[in-house]
Amino acid sequence: MGLENLLLGFQIAFTPFNLFVGVVGIMLGTIIGVLPGLGGANGVAILLPVTFAMPPTSAIILLTSIYWGALFGGAITSVLFNIPGEPWSVATTFDGYPLARQGEGGQALTAAFTSSFVGALFSIVLITFFAPLLAEIALKFGPAEFFAIQLLTFSSFVGLGGGNPLKSLVAILIGFILACVGLDIVTGQLRLTFGFTGLMKGFDFIIAVIGLFGIGEILLSVEEGLTFRGAKTGMKLGVVLDTWKILPRFWRTFVRSAFIGFWMGFKPGGATPASFMSYAFAKRFSKNSDRFGKGEIEGVVAPETAAHSAGVAAMLPMLTLGIPGSPTAAVMLGGLIIWGLQPGPLLFKEKPDFVWGLIASMYTGNVIGVLMVLAFVPFFAAILRIPFAILTPLIIVICAIGSYAVHNSILDIWYMLFFGVIGYVFKKLDYPIAPLVLALVLGDLAETALRQSLIISQGSLAIFFTRPIAGAISALAIFFFILPVITPWWKRLTGSAPPAAQGIHD
Amino acid sequence: MRAADIVTASILIMLGGLVLADALRLGIGWSSDGPRSGFFPFWLALIMVLTCGLIIIQEARKAEGRPFVTRQKLGPVLTVFWPAAAAIILMHWLGLYVSSALYLGFYMRWVGRHSWSAVAVLSLVIPLTIFFIFEKWFLVPMPKGPLEAWLGY
Repeated sequence: MGLENLLLGFQIAFTPFNLFVGVVGIMLGTIIGVLPGLGGANGVAILLPVTFAMPPTSAIILLTSIYWGALFGGAITSVLFNIPGEPWSVATTFDGYPLARQGEGGQALTAAFTSSFVGALFSIVLITFFAPLLAEIALKFGPAEFFAIQLLTFSSFVGLGGGNPLKSLVAILIGFILACVGLDIVTGQLRLTFGFTGLMKGFDFIIAVIGLFGIGEILLSVEEGLTFRGAKTGMKLGVVLDTWKILPRFWRTFVRSAFIGFWMGFKPGGATPASFMSYAFAKRFSKNSDRFGKGEIEGVVAPETAAHSAGVAAMLPMLTLGIPGSPTAAVMLGGLIIWGLQPGPLLFKEKPDFVWGLIASMYTGNVIGVLMVLAFVPFFAAILRIPFAILTPLIIVICAIGSYAVHNSILDIWYMLFFGVIGYVFKKLDYPIAPLVLALVLGDLAETALRQSLIISQGSLAIFFTRPIAGAISALAIFFFILPVITPWWKRLTGSAPPAAQGIHD
Repeated sequence: MRAADIVTASILIMLGGLVLADALRLGIGWSSDGPRSGFFPFWLALIMVLTCGLIIIQEARKAEGRPFVTRQKLGPVLTVFWPAAAAIILMHWLGLYVSSALYLGFYMRWVGRHSWSAVAVLSLVIPLTIFFIFEKWFLVPMPKGPLEAWLGY
């Protein structure tokens, strides 16, 4: 069953136009990943309006390619400039930057790209086999199960996300409340508009993403006074081949990190903890653990493998359940809805060409990606040498274009700036942005699932606990929600040290 | 940071109050076709208000840490913010391309102190490139002003 479908997918992914779209996407994605303030979620959001006129399969290939490119681009800035382009690249800087300083930048980058590729490939193979199975199971889900999964998604931000759980919860609620603004499609009533016509169409998640991530990030990086002083690099074929000879030595690290990445990645917000976790594991099990942090190749391999594995795994719940595992996947999910596709398990039955074209394009996209970044590293690194006074206004103009293109409205550019200020304040105060965006994207779906469930049960919340699958998922979700409350008690009970004083960041 | 945290949580409580009021207006109960429009926002806002209350209590018990932002650091942030806001105001009249050119040029000269020739070249080339990519290639129309009208677009 699976293989024919995949073959069908490859026939779609290998059409010249789709390959071309993939190359363009990787190119743009890598540039976006390298630029400060623009990340995967942002790049996808800005280019989403461009895809409205494309066939959906080409459109999703463009967006996913931007995502792969952004993941690769994050590694370039981490290694050469000590600037993690994305939170999950932070662990890559620990050993990548020291290596670059020692003149081994080429080696570090080759290791980073190759590990990314291996991690991604691992997850893609798992997706190829598990996605149809998961979709098959999910076909039996009713609204109660879907709402329970939504609950689980958001509970894991609160319980496992790190940071202040109260603030995570508030961020989620803000996202859901913003999603309510505008026309209620069920009753036809206007909600939370307070008579302002500008609020009638609601807050578009694309604009929120561009503002919160893009503008917010720029304001923050300006405040921190970023200067780009990068290590020089020359990518020679010899260095690449020599590094490839060393890398098989770390097969254990590859396998371990890929598993960690996949396991953490299909839960939301998993890529960052996955990269740190796999770095920590690699350090513990390595023979050279004392060299970690001073320029150890294995310290680049571990977080990069895990981060990419997790980044790809985030696509699994998006495809099969219609629930994105990362902000970027959330924006893509929004794209699916705009293109007129219903995200969720039915997609496998109704649009096999779309699903399998996408899965096949993950293979081709990552192969193209690793070759392109290896070939063009000096070009991508040169982007960061553009003076800040040119980059900053340029990025803001690009963000404005992306915001305007959604509804052809200048008001949206104002919303973008407004969300930028919110993003800046929230980042400083440690309110997480990712769950807010996810809630904004999923708001309508979650509310519909909740309403339908309550109509089935005639208003009783028991429906989320009496059906076996929904019950198990809801129970797990509640466990995650109260995890931050019970952890301190549990620690006191078992006699271990109390958690470190709160507010280290203050 | 503590003060900023308390202020932010208080603002969120006020916004939550607005949401609660609107939800009550819409009805938070049950109608013939299921929960009313106000049902979902009501519970969201209620939990948010309570959680923000907890955040305020949590912060109030802490000692004041470092300030949210120092005057010295706020400067660069505002030099990014105000020109961007001004450029968006200009877009209402001049369209995106002309105001981007002015914005890019102003920022490069004022913040970056680049030479006039570099400023002139870049603030012409970048909007032109954007014009060709979006308007011509992707067919995504951008706001236009008198200059574009004069040129026949």
